[in-house]
Amino acid sequence: MAENLLTLSGVHTHIGPYHILQGVDLAVPEGGVTVLLGRNGAGKTTTLRTIMGLWTASQGGIRFGDHVITKLSTPEISRRGIALVPEDMGIFTDLTVAENMILAAANGPMDPKRLAWIKELFPPIGNFWNSSAGTLSGGQKQMLSVARAIIEPRRLILIDEPTKGLAPAIIKAMTDALKELKETDTTILLVEQNFAMASSIGDTVAVMDDGRIIHSGRMDELVADVALQEKLMGLSLEAHQ
Amino acid sequence: MLTRLLSGDTPRSGLLTALLLIVLISLAFAPFLFPGTKSLETAARICIFIVLVASYDLLLGYAGIVSFAHTMFFGIGAYGTALALSTTGPSYGALVWGTAAGAGVAALFALAIGLFSLRVKAIFFAMVTLAVASAFAVLVSQMSWLTGGEDGLNYKIPRELTPAFKLIKAKVFDVSINGKILAYYLVFFAAVILFLVMLRIVNSPFGRTLKAVRDNAFRAEAIGYRVVWYRTTATVLSAVMAALAGSLLAIWLRYTGPATTLSMEIMIDILLMVVIGGMGTLYGAVLGATLFILAQTYLHYLMGVAAEATSAVPVVSTLVAPERWLLWLGVLFILSVYFFPTGIVGRLRAGRA
Amino acid sequence: MSETAIKPRIEKIPLKEQLAQKLPVLLVPVLAAVGLIAIGNPASWLTLTVAGLAMGMMIFIMASGLTVVFGLMDVINFGHGAFVAVGAFVGFTVLAWLAGWTASPSVFMNLTAVLVAILAAMLVTGLLGLAFERVIVMPVYGEHLKQILVTMGGLIVAQQMIYVVWGPDELHMSRPEALQGSLVIGEAAIEKYRLVAVGIGLALFLGMRHILKNTKIGLLVRAGVENGEMVEALGYRVRRLFLIVFMTGSALAGLGGVMWGLYQETITAHMGSEIMVLVFIVVIIGGLGSVEGCFIGAMLVGLLANYTAFLAPKVALISTIALMVAVLMWRPQGLYPVVKAK
Repeated sequence: MAENLLTLSGVHTHIGPYHILQGVDLAVPEGGVTVLLGRNGAGKTTTLRTIMGLWTASQGGIRFGDHVITKLSTPEISRRGIALVPEDMGIFTDLTVAENMILAAANGPMDPKRLAWIKELFPPIGNFWNSSAGTLSGGQKQMLSVARAIIEPRRLILIDEPTKGLAPAIIKAMTDALKELKETDTTILLVEQNFAMASSIGDTVAVMDDGRIIHSGRMDELVADVALQEKLMGLSLEAHQ
Repeated sequence: MLTRLLSGDTPRSGLLTALLLIVLISLAFAPFLFPGTKSLETAARICIFIVLVASYDLLLGYAGIVSFAHTMFFGIGAYGTALALSTTGPSYGALVWGTAAGAGVAALFALAIGLFSLRVKAIFFAMVTLAVASAFAVLVSQMSWLTGGEDGLNYKIPRELTPAFKLIKAKVFDVSINGKILAYYLVFFAAVILFLVMLRIVNSPFGRTLKAVRDNAFRAEAIGYRVVWYRTTATVLSAVMAALAGSLLAIWLRYTGPATTLSMEIMIDILLMVVIGGMGTLYGAVLGATLFILAQTYLHYLMGVAAEATSAVPVVSTLVAPERWLLWLGVLFILSVYFFPTGIVGRLRAGRA
Repeated sequence: MSETAIKPRIEKIPLKEQLAQKLPVLLVPVLAAVGLIAIGNPASWLTLTVAGLAMGMMIFIMASGLTVVFGLMDVINFGHGAFVAVGAFVGFTVLAWLAGWTASPSVFMNLTAVLVAILAAMLVTGLLGLAFERVIVMPVYGEHLKQILVTMGGLIVAQQMIYVVWGPDELHMSRPEALQGSLVIGEAAIEKYRLVAVGIGLALFLGMRHILKNTKIGLLVRAGVENGEMVEALGYRVRRLFLIVFMTGSALAGLGGVMWGLYQETITAHMGSEIMVLVFIVVIIGGLGSVEGCFIGAMLVGLLANYTAFLAPKVALISTIALMVAVLMWRPQGLYPVVKAK
């Protein structure tokens, strides 16, 4: 396995009076897709937000590449090459699709080649280029959110439940796009509840419960081991299939 | 017995207890300890402001709501009593119904403003009350046919409460017991009772829920408390208390005008007294009001001396000029919000622990 | 990926909603028309309307910074009025230095003097804004209660400092020669200065709109108002953006102060807190955080205040409160509620 791009060791995060992450140890290998699974409230979203610096870890360390990023501010973390596609998509609905993309290219004008590739990946981006982002449908907003994250080359993309509440056809489109993105040397840390989707693109997997990682390993091993699936996630996975 | 009188909410600090006792004893025997018109005026003002500031603390400290309309309620109470006395003559009946009417109107206003603007955000309420209170002040000064405009109202109060009335011929400790002293004790005992009532309110289940709402409105709502209802009730209670304090002022001064009741300066003073004394403690109101009014009355003199002493240094002498004492209070105010948000009382209590 | 899988679909906005969007804009001409009927005399109406628009423009200038600052960082600055007052006093001092220019018959010299005064006032209040943000506002981000208290404390200190620097008396601030007197159009007399105020206000509004719609910093401000966290996640420092906006807002308040001073021709240390009442009403009417709403609110308040001052002088301030109450009954979050992601 390749060297780890991102390593969390013993990360604790408090939000107000609540102790959400209680010692998360997570390694994300360079290249490929790591899937973070777990039931609602297990701390998946908090893990992503802590990596991004939107919450600060009260204990433990986060290493990205050769640097420790635990105490860096969100913009600094972003500029080191991590992008976030949040659960609520974080679309600026008051702005047009084009304006959303312009802001996403924080380091200057957009690379036309990259933009063309994105428009090919997600046709609605091109189709609604000058429309207000607030008028997009849920699936289109999700595409825009991912498009923003990849308009500049990134080393790591954190994606929080990209298929939540989407129609099956759009889930398929999103899965295809992520598969194509995987081919471009970008590392993805994906939070997903949909096990079918997760197992189709994941290379490694980590399972969370109660603010800790309770299992990590190769995705194909987990897929093959139904007993382990049951043990880790019980019936909750079945419900999503 | 004493603990019950204080609703179980004791000062919880030796020094604080001592200070409060000094204030209480000084006020209780003010006519004898500090004879003279000026000191009696100061003592009465302190009593009235303790009630006014404590009623504001009910809102700011316990409910976490910032209102800029507190002087409006204070003024409504004062004008209620003043109008009753000036239109129907100096009877006790007029005094009572005027006071009751003032408190009633204040409650209605508070209810309306509360229901109207407490739904949204604390910040919104602060802005709305600021606008409404200043409009009210303008309205009062313009309706001169009713309120006497900028000049205000002068009126008579029942004769037994005026200096002309002598209770007993003999002097007690060299002080003649006249109606003015009776009026002082009316103010004093009313203030003590109102303060104890407020202490009871904040230590009741209602008061505790109010604090829960203040600390986490979202959670309180989730548990099932009707947040708007609690906040509005707090606003109404605090308005009624402020109106009663206004009535006391109207009785004491025998004069009611915009400058003594409605001005923004008084609003700022109240804010300073609560924060410097200690938000959310009620006892802070006692210390805040006492220190502030003593300073207002006597610090001028001290700063005058300082200005005199530094008159050779141009900038410094303007900075310590007696008129500039608000500048230093403003700085103290900002510092206390940052560094000791629980004010003097909080400091004293922490010091003990 | 097939085109059919993700059928392009754009949600049509129903006509009713579109109308509701435009409705607040229509309020201004409606109010003007009602004013015309109530006043009867077209000449007086024209005079009052220009006066109302001028007043509205000045309030807008002072209020715009406040509303954007709120939208971006959820910070409301109760000390904003201090910048208005300081701006007016700095403007006064500069105009006093340039007495030769303001008294000169040359229109050019007159206007240059005003421009220099405005720039000086904006520079001073902008820097004051920097200090205010760093010292007073920054330690209490996210704590509304403390924010209100601390900024109020800042206002007290600033007003007292004005007393220290300029003395306790109110000062007379006279307009330069070219801006005195009125133009007579038909039977209506329109003060020249009011036309200038309308011009400056309109130019500023259009400029601000342009910046917000067409520049990257404007896009960042709008995006930040909606979702500051996401702007940070894209790699921008919202704090720094906020500081720029705060300083700009303070400088605009200073500009408004000079203009208001020249309009009233007297200035006092308390002028800021008096105007703040109108500014707050406008910001509430417009919807906290909305520049367009703030503009419309300012026009409505300016017109209404002038019409009622003519028709029933005693209820002028009450009428604006009544307007605020009416608007809030209709739209509890103001005319243009700002979309917040959280």
